[in-house]
Amino acid sequence: MSAGLEAGTYTSVELTNAHLDDIEQRNTQSNSFITIAREHALAQAKAADAQRANGDATPLTGIPIAHKDIFCTEGLLTTCGSKMLSNFSAPYNSTMVERLNAAGIVTVGKTNMDEFAMGSSNENSFFGPVTNPWDRSKVPGGSSGGSAAAVADGLVACATGTDTGGSIRQPAAFCGITGLKPTYGRISRYGMIAFASSLDQAGPMTRTAEDAGLMLSYMSGFDPRDSTSANREDDWLKAIAHNGIPKLDRPLTIGLPKEYFADLANADVIAAAQAELAKNGHTFKEVSLPHTQAAIPTYYVLASAEASTNLSRYDGVRYGHRCENPTSLQDLYERSRSEGFGEEVKRRILTGTYTLSVGYFDAYYIKAQKIRRLISNDFNKVFEEVDLLMTPTSPTPAFGLNEHAQDPVAMYQQDLYTVPTSLAGLPALSMPCGFVNNLPIGMQLIGPAFREDTILSVAAQFQQITDWHQRHPGETA
Amino acid sequence: MTDQDNTEINVTHLARLGRLAIPSSSHASTAQELQNIIAMIDAMQSVDTDGIEPLSHPLDSEQLLRADVVSETDSREAFQNNAPKTEDGYYLVPRVVD
Repeated sequence: MSAGLEAGTYTSVELTNAHLDDIEQRNTQSNSFITIAREHALAQAKAADAQRANGDATPLTGIPIAHKDIFCTEGLLTTCGSKMLSNFSAPYNSTMVERLNAAGIVTVGKTNMDEFAMGSSNENSFFGPVTNPWDRSKVPGGSSGGSAAAVADGLVACATGTDTGGSIRQPAAFCGITGLKPTYGRISRYGMIAFASSLDQAGPMTRTAEDAGLMLSYMSGFDPRDSTSANREDDWLKAIAHNGIPKLDRPLTIGLPKEYFADLANADVIAAAQAELAKNGHTFKEVSLPHTQAAIPTYYVLASAEASTNLSRYDGVRYGHRCENPTSLQDLYERSRSEGFGEEVKRRILTGTYTLSVGYFDAYYIKAQKIRRLISNDFNKVFEEVDLLMTPTSPTPAFGLNEHAQDPVAMYQQDLYTVPTSLAGLPALSMPCGFVNNLPIGMQLIGPAFREDTILSVAAQFQQITDWHQRHPGETA
Repeated sequence: MTDQDNTEINVTHLARLGRLAIPSSSHASTAQELQNIIAMIDAMQSVDTDGIEPLSHPLDSEQLLRADVVSETDSREAFQNNAPKTEDGYYLVPRVVD
């Protein structure tokens, strides 16, 4: 696409119009967009064409993308998938949006998501569920389900997502695309609506690892407005725009954590992917991450506690939904919040309130923070022996709409392979590596902190010798 | 008062703390749901954490500080465009003191 713009085969305005027409026509099928931003996109496309004419183009200039509806975008609605924010028009751009705008990107719309990013199926959206492009009776995963489905459907080549416990990687796996959760702090959280601040991290969702690397290079960077932003100078990251993802200069030792391979429905597919990687000279080693089973409870304590605190800001006073005819300030708070939040969000607020309340704080919150350190130590230890870890992204391929909707605890187990990495703040990528019953299976690569270069290099290498990432829904697998 | 809460989880109290209005008809089912989640969470109690320091930032980084200078401009109007009810630059809420 970038080459077509560069060669003058088409302008960004033409490209954007074609994308918008396609989205408007096909969004009814997937429901992956909450907002389609025609006017906004065409203005950006026009500016992008001018930027190119001036000789200031970046590889992203004029490319239509979509943002998860959790990123504040000036002049467009930012709903976070919630009734609470269904009329919220952000007064400023998130830092990440600002950076992509500076690169000349075109925002064609905002994508559907689980309300406040809480969910693994995209069924918790006030704007209705998203369907999986590979099988419309299945979920696309969540919480960045709209972004994943939009890329898989070919509505956009790139989208942004956020990942708190797997919300980029799991939908990427379910929809057969590439999704990267960078290291905690790599991309600014400023203007990204907060769910669990010690875990939230933005990242790219694309078809290829090359595109993910390119997006990452423009999305990331130190931001003084985010107190947890990482202040780093990584030469490889800056060089991606010109040289692409760095090439590996040696074969790697890739660890296979045994806790991630128990009772795996898609073990054959993962084994085949391993064989492909071995063709590049990489060797494998079984390793152990002994605290893996404790990750889900630990995550739900920490994430719910942080969520209950972060979501206290929605009070019906300054922005967001307000109930009709409040009789008192208490009534205003309680009814506005109860009407504005969906069931899962309320459930997490109550869970977080419980674990943070007097008498339980040490037994839950502090205990979970201690286990978090043990989980982090597990990873640090294995990275003394191996360069990367390879695991399945999710225990199963995409499940059916309504299959787990009535059982939150069963739904939470979906995040078993993605949550530990989030707790440790490490970078991880999911990419398609095969199919089971015509549904894509995701392989996860996990690296040490700030070593997205290694992850992306191996992913790009894998995508050179396989074509899983080029399969499209509707074609025979 | 007929409180359907079970002894472990007091939904009335939690809802009050979380500023949520939960109709009493659904207190029992809410308590049951929370009970299931707490049971799942309690699996972590078996992990030995003696002598382990809590980890609050995933990479154990220090909190960044900035110079104590004004960095924002006055955007009251832009922010209040999203407010449900304002008057003369103030946010309006129901009367608190009679």
